[in-house]
Amino acid sequence: MLEGLLIGLETAFSLKNLFMVVGGCIIGTFIGMLPGLGPMSIIAIMIPVAITLGDPAAALILLAGVYYGAIFGGSTSSILLNAPGVAGTVATSFDGYPMAKAGMAGKALTIAAISSFAGGTIGAILLMIFAPALSSVALLFHSAEYFALMIVGLSAIAAFAGTGQVSKAILMTLLGLMMATVGEGALYNMPRFTMGLMDLQSGFSFITLAMAIFALPEAIFLVLNPARASHSESNKIENLRITKEEAKSIAPVIGRQSVQGFFIGVLPGAGATIASFLGYAVERNIAPAHEKKDFGKGSIKGLAAPETANNAACTGSFVPLLTLGIPGSGTTAILLGALIALNVSPGPRLMTDEPQIFWAVIISMYIGNLILLILNLPLIPYIAKILTIPRTFLIPFILFFTLMGSYIGQNNATELLILVGLGVCATIMRLANYPMAPLLIGFILGQMLEDNFSRSMQLYDGINFIMERPMTMVLLFLAAFLVILPYLRLAKSKKAS
Amino acid sequence: MSFDRWIALVILSISLIYSYAAFFTMDHLLPPFMQRNPVWPSTFPKILGILSIIVSSIIILGLEKNKHNINGTEIDYRRIFDYNLGPAIFLVIMMALYAITLRPLGFFISTITFLAVSGYVLGERKIIILFFVAASASFIIWYLVEQVLGIYLRPLPTIF
Repeated sequence: MLEGLLIGLETAFSLKNLFMVVGGCIIGTFIGMLPGLGPMSIIAIMIPVAITLGDPAAALILLAGVYYGAIFGGSTSSILLNAPGVAGTVATSFDGYPMAKAGMAGKALTIAAISSFAGGTIGAILLMIFAPALSSVALLFHSAEYFALMIVGLSAIAAFAGTGQVSKAILMTLLGLMMATVGEGALYNMPRFTMGLMDLQSGFSFITLAMAIFALPEAIFLVLNPARASHSESNKIENLRITKEEAKSIAPVIGRQSVQGFFIGVLPGAGATIASFLGYAVERNIAPAHEKKDFGKGSIKGLAAPETANNAACTGSFVPLLTLGIPGSGTTAILLGALIALNVSPGPRLMTDEPQIFWAVIISMYIGNLILLILNLPLIPYIAKILTIPRTFLIPFILFFTLMGSYIGQNNATELLILVGLGVCATIMRLANYPMAPLLIGFILGQMLEDNFSRSMQLYDGINFIMERPMTMVLLFLAAFLVILPYLRLAKSKKAS
Repeated sequence: MSFDRWIALVILSISLIYSYAAFFTMDHLLPPFMQRNPVWPSTFPKILGILSIIVSSIIILGLEKNKHNINGTEIDYRRIFDYNLGPAIFLVIMMALYAITLRPLGFFISTITFLAVSGYVLGERKIIILFFVAASASFIIWYLVEQVLGIYLRPLPTIF
């Protein structure tokens, strides 16, 4: 571990990678601040640039920097404009915006920055402890267990989808898996579902799909609903200082929410949004009566809790990605896709085979969090100027970057037509409240899932691998339980009412 | 029938076509030696096809009840004509046109036209500023993609 850590330090502190993490954080903050553009859209737009770098460590460091930056930027627009850029920062606006309205915008931003820094940093320490341990356990896994583990991950995403959304999340996952079977797979060397089209011979492009289901619908929604993009009111940012008493008061909140947020982030499908809402709810419930009434009216604890939790959860979501190669969220699914495009297979062997990537990413998290704290905080009043860009300029550029990202990735104009077609379909599905992240996760895991399934079937001459490998059976039972769980809950609540 | 169930119906149709292709059009292409394998190229798609037929049917039949079914979205599809639908459709058409004209017209003409016309449709009336921003952004992006990333983008129409 120590050797790996040293390699990671060397890689992360190289001039190129430092530039990547600084650049990523700044780009992420700038774009994340724009209401309506979440980290998934930003990372999708940045992927062609990251892939062109050719260096997996640098690419992942850049994208991870963009990820933290986007979360931080989203908090800023939540606090200043009550316009959360991402769902994970909605809870931030509950108390952040009332503070800004009361003339404490600077203080709110400082608390958000410190909480984010602490959440991210403690999350990175926990990642450093848990990731190697989980990796060593995962090394014992065979293809049968991998197959079962991926099924667990996909089921968990559906289980956390929320009331009335479970079937939709499962259907979207299946649709993603079906899309992954299109084209000439490596395993069988024969075209499947290409309908005789040459452009589908190599299957759907992951970059095009990511752009089509995240970035393009966001831009179309901004056009449909102009109120989302334009905000004339802006709060002045003056005093950024917080008092000793305030720091003392939020310290335990930060400690609790860092740990809670991290473990929620580890769960596939849970992520920053659930972590931030749960963090807010927990702190409001355990707060003394005189502090409880301030929640929702500008409580510093109410601001620190979701900010810490969402950053810790972001770090936590890297655990299944780096140790098992299974993404737990749309964002980590995009990161996994980028790694696969760079010929890196994340999983338990990543730590031993590519220690420079594994450890450099973890080290870059510390650097990224520090940069966000020391660089962005004093620059926030200037960075916030991006919010004044008129939507008449903003939206065409978002669409243009989406098109360019897809074109650069494939160098094929037909890909742009596929992008537009898929984007329109994704927008219509989003209007009907179909979750899009499970589709991308299904698409990215599809080939790996089929490979492991086929390998297990061949090794055990059929479906016997489920019976002969107890761990596989336990994992598949767990997956079945996760799928049934929301329906059981629903039945129980019906009975109770 | 609510909108999400219509979508499920479309996905059910896709699943039926997919399953038909998996069950009836793939296996006869298999070489004889592969037919002895316990798993065929059609095995996984067959499972996916059946599962997606079942799940989309669950949604169509409304077996999973949800009080807040569609209200979770930020745009209410029932009032879609109250939103800026015209410009949104126009921009989608512009994107398709951009895809078609990128190669024959070259990067500069197609990009400047796309950015300037899109901005105008969205309500920008400072034409000179719009054109200047579109032209300078096109040049900067072209320079970055071609010179820094090393990806060829034809700058001018084919005749040049």
